[in-house]
Amino acid sequence: MSIERDVMEYDVVVVGAGPSGLAAAIRLKQKAAEAGRELAVCLVEKGSEVGAHILSGAVFEPRALNELFPDWKAQGAPLKSAVVGDEMHLLRSPQSAFKFPNWMVPKTMHNDGNYVISLGRLCRWLGEQADALGVEIYPGFAAQEVLIDDTGVVRGVQVGDMGVDREGQPKSDFTPGIELRAKYTLFAEGCRGHLGKRLIQQYQLDDEADPQHYGIGIKEVWEIPAEKHQEGLVVHGAGWPLNDANPGGWFLYHGENQQVYVGLIVDLSYENPWLSPFDEFQRLKHHPVLAAHLEGGKRLSYGARAISKGGFNSLPKMVFPGGALIGCDLGTMNFSKIKGSHTALKCGMLAGEAYADALFKGAEGGDALQAYPEAFKASWLWDELYRSRNFGPAIHKFGAVIGGAINFIDQNIFNGKAPWTLHDRTPDHSTLKPASASPRIDYPKPDGKLSFDKLSSVFLSSTNHEEEQPVHLKLADPSIPISRNLPMYGEPAQRYCPAGVYEVVGEGSEQRFQINAQNCVHCKTCDIKDPAQNITWVAPEGGGGPNYAGM
Amino acid sequence: MKALVSVKRAVDYNVRIQVKPDGSGVVTDGVKHSMNPFDEIAMEEAVRLKEKGVVTEIVAVTIGGAKNEETLRTALAFGATRAIHVKEEGEVQPLTAARALAAVFKKEGAQLLLCGKQAIDDDANQTGQMTAALLDAPQATFASKVEIADGKATVTREVDAGLETLEVDLPAVITTDLRLNEPRYLKLPDIMKAKRVQIEGTSFADLGVEAAAAIKVTKTAPPPSRSKGVMVKTVDELAAMLKEKGLV
Repeated sequence: MSIERDVMEYDVVVVGAGPSGLAAAIRLKQKAAEAGRELAVCLVEKGSEVGAHILSGAVFEPRALNELFPDWKAQGAPLKSAVVGDEMHLLRSPQSAFKFPNWMVPKTMHNDGNYVISLGRLCRWLGEQADALGVEIYPGFAAQEVLIDDTGVVRGVQVGDMGVDREGQPKSDFTPGIELRAKYTLFAEGCRGHLGKRLIQQYQLDDEADPQHYGIGIKEVWEIPAEKHQEGLVVHGAGWPLNDANPGGWFLYHGENQQVYVGLIVDLSYENPWLSPFDEFQRLKHHPVLAAHLEGGKRLSYGARAISKGGFNSLPKMVFPGGALIGCDLGTMNFSKIKGSHTALKCGMLAGEAYADALFKGAEGGDALQAYPEAFKASWLWDELYRSRNFGPAIHKFGAVIGGAINFIDQNIFNGKAPWTLHDRTPDHSTLKPASASPRIDYPKPDGKLSFDKLSSVFLSSTNHEEEQPVHLKLADPSIPISRNLPMYGEPAQRYCPAGVYEVVGEGSEQRFQINAQNCVHCKTCDIKDPAQNITWVAPEGGGGPNYAGM
Repeated sequence: MKALVSVKRAVDYNVRIQVKPDGSGVVTDGVKHSMNPFDEIAMEEAVRLKEKGVVTEIVAVTIGGAKNEETLRTALAFGATRAIHVKEEGEVQPLTAARALAAVFKKEGAQLLLCGKQAIDDDANQTGQMTAALLDAPQATFASKVEIADGKATVTREVDAGLETLEVDLPAVITTDLRLNEPRYLKLPDIMKAKRVQIEGTSFADLGVEAAAAIKVTKTAPPPSRSKGVMVKTVDELAAMLKEKGLV
């Protein structure tokens, strides 16, 4: 089917309205205003509005925002809750815990001067600033394909078609997606962007890097009784219910409006295929350390998102002809601080500045602009990521206790400049042990007060997809889930998906793999963890997915 | 013929509504808003009438705060010719809205007011009817089919017993129901063009409208949570249970 598509031309097209995409667009326009020049900048976002797909803890380090908008306070940026206290716990059993004294905590985990925020709210605010600067922002439109010309140069993106039925045929309201062409295209889709993944393969951007490593973060927002609420309190922990073979950590932050943000990050390098990150999180909330904060409260919302945490050693090359990867699409999160918002902002800013300068000098676009990676390497962002390069690998290699001790020495004695570099070269999809060799996990039933089932949780993410559209989770080989994944790993998709998208239904020879694509919260975990790498996440119709309010 | 379409900014239909802890209303801060879906249907109908050549000019009008501008941009992307923003930061009750719509309708010399049968935020289902009364014009509510010819509108409306067909003289007020049409997908170039259109601002003072205070909200509370279901094993057990509860 050949479709005639409208074309719109820009200097720069940005894909994704998260912190890095917004920062890049803002810097491009700020630089244009300073120079008295015109730059046409377009930003497309698959969420129904800016912030609808943003999910983060979040404790926010304001360093990059101070640079982007030195007067952010006066402009009303939603950074309200300054951190007032930092706690770190090691849970040793369902009942007991050890609280670390402050001196034992790696320096990177201290949060003085930071803020407890909703990153979704910050992105909405950044979106308003970008709009005021003249960035054309189009939420509800998903970039579906990269436009690559015959010479291998990225020329922009094609926006997804609307009004296509389940079989891929146009419906009566079919509206073809347009082509957004640009001199440079910046990909800021966040962790495991579906276009970023293809670009990394196509241009072999990761051939000199360690594999990217991931975690899945599951988060809930709670409203708790006023007498328990301590705005600005930050609590972190590790240990039970996870362990060294299946590591991770949790957070519990007191934000504004009597709200608490609580979540668990499970490393996607986990080994036990019976593990369910969702159920681990539900039982975690019953631990007295967490329950003390949540009891008597009410859960307001739920969501999940994968994070790229490989850091420095996993950074792919940043540029290719006609564009670049920025933010978590590239992998700029600092795992030693468990923070990626300030690094994503900074990365976007550096890209925005480099591309603005090139365009002012008359660049025609289409080249792999080296000024951006050069600026990146000369910035505090590079220094910061370099210093924390050993953090994740140390924990994966040596476990939480010895790895943690190594990290303490690395961060607090060598200041991140220890004379060693640790690598972690096993990709996360190859770490599962066979189901038969792994202990089954009996998760307790949810009590409906602190813990809940999956479906009522997904309901709280306000996820919606137009029902009549092609399934956006593509299986390269539809037989693999039942023929291979099920006997070997008990088909782990049923458990790692935090939204109940994947089900094995039926008995015996009638068994089949069911994909409930309308539940998908766009976390990308399946694309990452499937042991056969058989699942590809593609963008559904624009505007679909979760509608997070204050995540 | 000039058609006026009223469009309201409401909390998006995908959002799970939360009541404020103090019961003073529902949480609207930081929550996604969009055009009331019934008003989208009204907008779509107006555009279809324009495509048929029946309507020559579509004027979209909204009443509310600065953020309502987004809703007007959506209306313009649909195909509205002009957009009027009645600026009011305070609460707007149905009667106030009706007074403002009637004033704009008269000022514009429109022949047709299309609006959603109700807004999904307060579900009042009053504004269209009140506007018709204030204009002393006929009304056809809950339209599922609209045909316009020779200064008359033939409107099929959904009623409890089935379908009812009315014929009303123009100028008239038509409120739109769910099955009237399926609003189109907005095209990115149309959204872009809509951003450049100048929106005409006005106010209650300009229109000579007095805000009504006919309704006082005393309390907002969430619906009671459903009690847990019981699984029964046999039909007899089910029957016994229903009897016990006095349901059969």
